Amino acid sequence: MLRSSQPLTGANRKRCREDEMLLGMVLDEGERGFIIDTRSAQAAKQARMTGGGTEPKSSYPQWRRLHRPLERGRPLQESFIKLVEACNDTSINMDRWLSRLESCRWLNHVKAALSTACLAAQCMDREEASVLVHGAEGTDTTLLVTALAQVILDPSCRTLAGFQGLLEREWIEAGHPFHLRCARSAYSHARLKQEAPLFLLFLDCVWQLSRQFPFSLEFGEHLLLTLFDNAYASAYGTFLCNNEKERRVGREAGTALCLCKVKESTHSLWAWLNQPGEKKKHLNPLYSHNALVIWPSVEPQSIQLWQGLFFRWIRSSQYLDEAWAEVQRLVEGD
Amino acid sequence: VENVRLLDRLSSRKAALGTLYLTATHVIFVENGSETRKETWVLHSQISSIEKQATTATGCPLLIRCKNFQVIQLVIPQERDCHDIYISLIRLARPVKYEELYCFSFNPKLDKEEREQGWKLVDLSEEYNRMGIPNNYWQISDVNRDYGVCDSYPTEVYVPKSATAHIIVGSSKFRSRRRFPALSYFCKDNNASICRSSQPLSGFSARCLEDEQMLQAIRKANPRGDFIYVVDTRPKLNAIANRAAGKGYENEDNYSNIKFQFIGIENIHVMRNSLQKMLEVCELKSPSMSDFLWGLENSGWLKHIKAIMDAGIFIAKAVAEEGVSVLVHCSDGWDRTAQVCSVASLLLDPYYRTMKGFMVLIEKDWVSFGHKFNHRYGNLDGDPKEISPVIDQFIECVWQLMEQFPCAFEFNERFLIHIQHHIYSCQFGNFLCNSQKERRELKIQERTYSLWAHLWKNRADYLNPLYRSDHSQTQGTLRPQMAPCNFLYKFWSGMYNRFEKGLHPRQSVTDYLMAVKEETQQLEEELEILQERLANLQKSQLDDDKDKSKQQDQSKQLGLSNSSNSLANTPQEYSSDLKSFPSRSPSQGDEEDSALILTQDNLKSSDPDLSANSDQESGVEDLSCRSPSGGGCLPSEDSGKDSDEAVFLAV
Repeated sequence: MLRSSQPLTGANRKRCREDEMLLGMVLDEGERGFIIDTRSAQAAKQARMTGGGTEPKSSYPQWRRLHRPLERGRPLQESFIKLVEACNDTSINMDRWLSRLESCRWLNHVKAALSTACLAAQCMDREEASVLVHGAEGTDTTLLVTALAQVILDPSCRTLAGFQGLLEREWIEAGHPFHLRCARSAYSHARLKQEAPLFLLFLDCVWQLSRQFPFSLEFGEHLLLTLFDNAYASAYGTFLCNNEKERRVGREAGTALCLCKVKESTHSLWAWLNQPGEKKKHLNPLYSHNALVIWPSVEPQSIQLWQGLFFRWIRSSQYLDEAWAEVQRLVEGD
Repeated sequence: VENVRLLDRLSSRKAALGTLYLTATHVIFVENGSETRKETWVLHSQISSIEKQATTATGCPLLIRCKNFQVIQLVIPQERDCHDIYISLIRLARPVKYEELYCFSFNPKLDKEEREQGWKLVDLSEEYNRMGIPNNYWQISDVNRDYGVCDSYPTEVYVPKSATAHIIVGSSKFRSRRRFPALSYFCKDNNASICRSSQPLSGFSARCLEDEQMLQAIRKANPRGDFIYVVDTRPKLNAIANRAAGKGYENEDNYSNIKFQFIGIENIHVMRNSLQKMLEVCELKSPSMSDFLWGLENSGWLKHIKAIMDAGIFIAKAVAEEGVSVLVHCSDGWDRTAQVCSVASLLLDPYYRTMKGFMVLIEKDWVSFGHKFNHRYGNLDGDPKEISPVIDQFIECVWQLMEQFPCAFEFNERFLIHIQHHIYSCQFGNFLCNSQKERRELKIQERTYSLWAHLWKNRADYLNPLYRSDHSQTQGTLRPQMAPCNFLYKFWSGMYNRFEKGLHPRQSVTDYLMAVKEETQQLEEELEILQERLANLQKSQLDDDKDKSKQQDQSKQLGLSNSSNSLANTPQEYSSDLKSFPSRSPSQGDEEDSALILTQDNLKSSDPDLSANSDQESGVEDLSCRSPSGGGCLPSEDSGKDSDEAVFLAV
């Protein structure tokens, strides 16, 4: 599986020999590959007007392009804000709750993200074909798909250590702009242009997987909540900045923010999480290594609202926590 | 009929070819070929509707919808055969005499005494004793011993001590169907009670001294209560409309010291339509999230569930927190009243959250108080307007509570699903007819078997591993969170999509934890024995022994964790784009290991959720994991069958 950003085909349908060679080298003679473009066909075509575009079939003959539009940016942030508002709204009657939930469209996005990740996984596992994933920038929906596909495909990504590695690789090092995306979250009045909850969407999808495969992830909901918290506000430096360059070298002098040498000046979230005491809280007592691919159901009935996150401060989790404590107790054979 | 195809609802690629059999009690589809003879059994009683669809090139499609929400799509090669089957099924699914029902021919090979014992398992007089009756305030009355006062009530009714026969009889004449106020639940701790009845025949201005005295008697039976609540579970408009027909509700001016309360729950017709609409949503092919949410809201189903729950919560609060007695009624006092009283009892008393207690609860508030099982669930062919999912809603309320309070119930989801199944199956005699009177006339207990005994025998399958009687969640009253709690109501796909394997987690946490619990227990017992032996040895030898390995190490050796690994699953159809690919199906076989063969001992075989689609990672492309493979997940009703896969409901 590969990821990139969009090819700069532009209105003049430019070609790039090196790019074609690179993609050509990935496939053997006669093999086919898939390009999963996370923009709609129309959006991708329109991108040409601003210098972007798609890989033309003639130049990349072995690659078949599939479009799976995934929401990002402003609309995704709006969806998130609306959902949080709906969850906090004490005046909604049962008659109108579901339609209100639907109007937020958050669950639609979860379904779409999971479906696309499954598609990528299916290409690799069932069709035994290579996959290239990209959207426009390659920093948002692209990473959502590649990271999720790996959780689905690869059992080592489902271990606590493996999942941390996945986050480092596919989100942090890959350059998801955390600083821009996770600035204010859902309550902020300031509607920042670059704010968007892609990472939360990813965590939500992972939560769906944990619900559908309760034995297959080494970590539980608690970890996902911790990650959500730390992406937005953290005592640790792991999610700081927008990319590796900023973390190592910092920004150009003269900009408002000048964070540099994150590794030297801050502590790592992983170091804290991996301490035995903390680690224990984040593990899934039901975990047992599942060497197989886990294929989730993406039917609407199978996709649920992540109550543990969205109702976290609204309703008590006491009874559910007690249930988990009981599970823990049983498994440890107290 | 041969060469019939059983289709997967969503992917015609997974059609199974086989032979269809019609017996006196079942429709059976047996798949051709494979060494595992996959069988799909459907009881005629379960059939809700049969639809003949337009003939296509491949044959004549026949759609069978069941009351337990299974949907079976068959394709019959010859139109004439299809028509014959259709006509036969219509007749078979609509029996006219009780004797046609399966319970009269079902034979679990028990002797007469075992059958009797089975019926004695749930004893209501024991239950009222447990509540603390008789006592200073309440007693049993034999006024209805020959069903002379009310033919839909039981012979044993419990009434306030100060309610004389005269008062009871007088009150019954002023109540719809003669269903006078009688005790449903008595709270020992504070003497508050829940009573139930039907609507008074008050019209616009009629009064009845005895009925007013009856309510007084109920109030006085609670020494600290200076008033009682009268809860009418109908929407206010409906109740008012009833006045024009000479019925209605209690006027606070006429009945001293009552506080009247409407809690609007819709009637059976609204509920029937609501379920219908929800099932239509379930039958949508590849619905979007929006289709589903809109459809579900449009059906109103969860709204109704919440309404029932809210009523139960109100009553439980009145009893537990205010210490005030409550009289509940609807129109006839056998539908909404039953739902609401049993939900309230469940919230109040942890006994009803045990397996035995739950059976007692249903026996008390549904069976003995004359809920019209026959009319509501169509044992016999009758008026379609009487059909309504009343007890289904109650069962769902219980499930919703289980989801909110995972440690509070001794039983698990499977228990509820199997009870629902058997309410419609007519395999046992508990839920036949419309009243105790009818059941006794038909001598049900001498001619059929009790479901409770059957469930009790298999209770290991129905336990909730998280339940501990000393847990805080299991003590005392359950207090579900009130507003805002819309979101707490989930769609119960375990029930309404029960047979669609692909929708459910492939591994049952409940079963796994039960297995862990059992093994731990065994090991603890072994440990005790070994420790005893050790003590003896030490005494006799005065030697130092090494420490026995700790119990914890042993439980890690259980190797249970490996059991879930081989339950691979297959991808859903995530994309139609892939179908058009030149397929590279590896040479591995099709579905021979699509296991209905449960290879792990510790996995319970009583429900299909563990089996279907567990084919190994064979690279077979494009399989929809929504298909219940061949539908072979049906409860086999015949206890004589012992093939592994067919016994999904361990009968």
